Amino acid sequence: MITIINYGMGNLGSVQNMLKRIGMPSVITSDIREIEKAEKVLLPGVGSFDAAVRRIDELGLRQVLYYKAIEQKVPFLGICLGMQLLTRNSEEGPGNGLGYIPAATVKFEFKEQTHLKIPHMGWNFVRTNQQSQITEGFTDDYRFYFVHSYKVVCDHPEHVVLRTDYGGWFDSAVQKDNIYGAQFHPEKSHRYGMHLLKNFSKI
Amino acid sequence: MLAKRIIPCLDVMNGRTVKGIHFENLRDSGDPVELAIRYSEQGADELVFLDIAATNEKRKTWRQLVYNIARHIHIPFTVGGGISEIRDVEALLNAGADKVSVNTSIFRNPQLIETLARQFGSQCIVAAIDTKPFDNSWYVHLNGGRVQTQTRALDWAREVSERGAGEILLTSMAGDGTRNGFSIDITQAIATSVPIPVIASGGAGTMEHFAEVFEQGRADAALAASVFHDGDIHLRDLKTYLKSRQIPIR
Repeated sequence: MITIINYGMGNLGSVQNMLKRIGMPSVITSDIREIEKAEKVLLPGVGSFDAAVRRIDELGLRQVLYYKAIEQKVPFLGICLGMQLLTRNSEEGPGNGLGYIPAATVKFEFKEQTHLKIPHMGWNFVRTNQQSQITEGFTDDYRFYFVHSYKVVCDHPEHVVLRTDYGGWFDSAVQKDNIYGAQFHPEKSHRYGMHLLKNFSKI
Repeated sequence: MLAKRIIPCLDVMNGRTVKGIHFENLRDSGDPVELAIRYSEQGADELVFLDIAATNEKRKTWRQLVYNIARHIHIPFTVGGGISEIRDVEALLNAGADKVSVNTSIFRNPQLIETLARQFGSQCIVAAIDTKPFDNSWYVHLNGGRVQTQTRALDWAREVSERGAGEILLTSMAGDGTRNGFSIDITQAIATSVPIPVIASGGAGTMEHFAEVFEQGRADAALAASVFHDGDIHLRDLKTYLKSRQIPIR
């Protein structure tokens, strides 16, 4: 059973639909007692970092998430904004992130002549930096659907699982112990995304 | 390298997919959910669903359809038609849409772009612009193309981008349904003038047309309907072809 954290940011139905498709039961909740019992936690999210941090604190979820991720060490996956929330902070706003992964979230910046657009939106490649259970069986033709204007920068390369090139290489999937993050949307990345979620469900 | 996106579009009326020429003479092209599943399996990068007969009484059935689509496909999809306020967007996103396409309502009330972008994030606000040339200039058209405005498409594109739209869906009504090719000049003019992705639409007839709109038109994505619905172009063949032209494709 995967517990999908509902803190009012983004389309949770599509994550649940894909988990259903791969035969993995899940529950969407913001109830602290229910989260306390979670076997695996999935933190999704679309929208702004600051609004998300505020919602998490308003709902009083910071403590229970810490308990699951750091004390109990259950498999914990942050998707898109959910991955950025795993970092200390973001240039998108002054709020504190969850800080489970030594990393920061910064805005994409390009040299003027590159003509690259922000958000980084669409299907892009990933390249392996570190082996991880969550990317087991991935090949170089895998592509994932991204939509984001900010990117995660890890302090230590050993936490970088995947990297993606968009005007320079950025960290597109991370792992520290039981905590995983994916900048792309596995739930919107068809069979490639199913593969990643299957891997996560087997951890 | 970010891939150029191929986006089949489903114009939906009363629960069926339809397609016409120059927005008229509509004919039936099948069940939208079945088509959506087929395109998603064949490698569509995204899908767009437009409710072309959006009316208040039909909103509920439309949301039900959006919900059915969302349950069956696992790629991003955009929904448009008759969206004019926050709660319309909220209802569609709750039904499972990833983005919404807005057209006439933001032209009448440009502030709405800021409102929606603040509430839901720019990434889910697609500004649709229908345009047709007149005296060597491209003007914005409204209400499914029936109303011409005095605003140039390029000016409006810049404005929607500054106000916070995340993407532009640019439909050339000169090309729509004709299969004579995308309108390269206006696509290029807009794609190189705004900092957000541009989806080119209207006029796809051959695989070369797609290559042209990416190479010369500088579009980030290309949208088409009838060539896919009628089976004239198969998504897999199109992607193989574009790859052979060295265009980055998923």
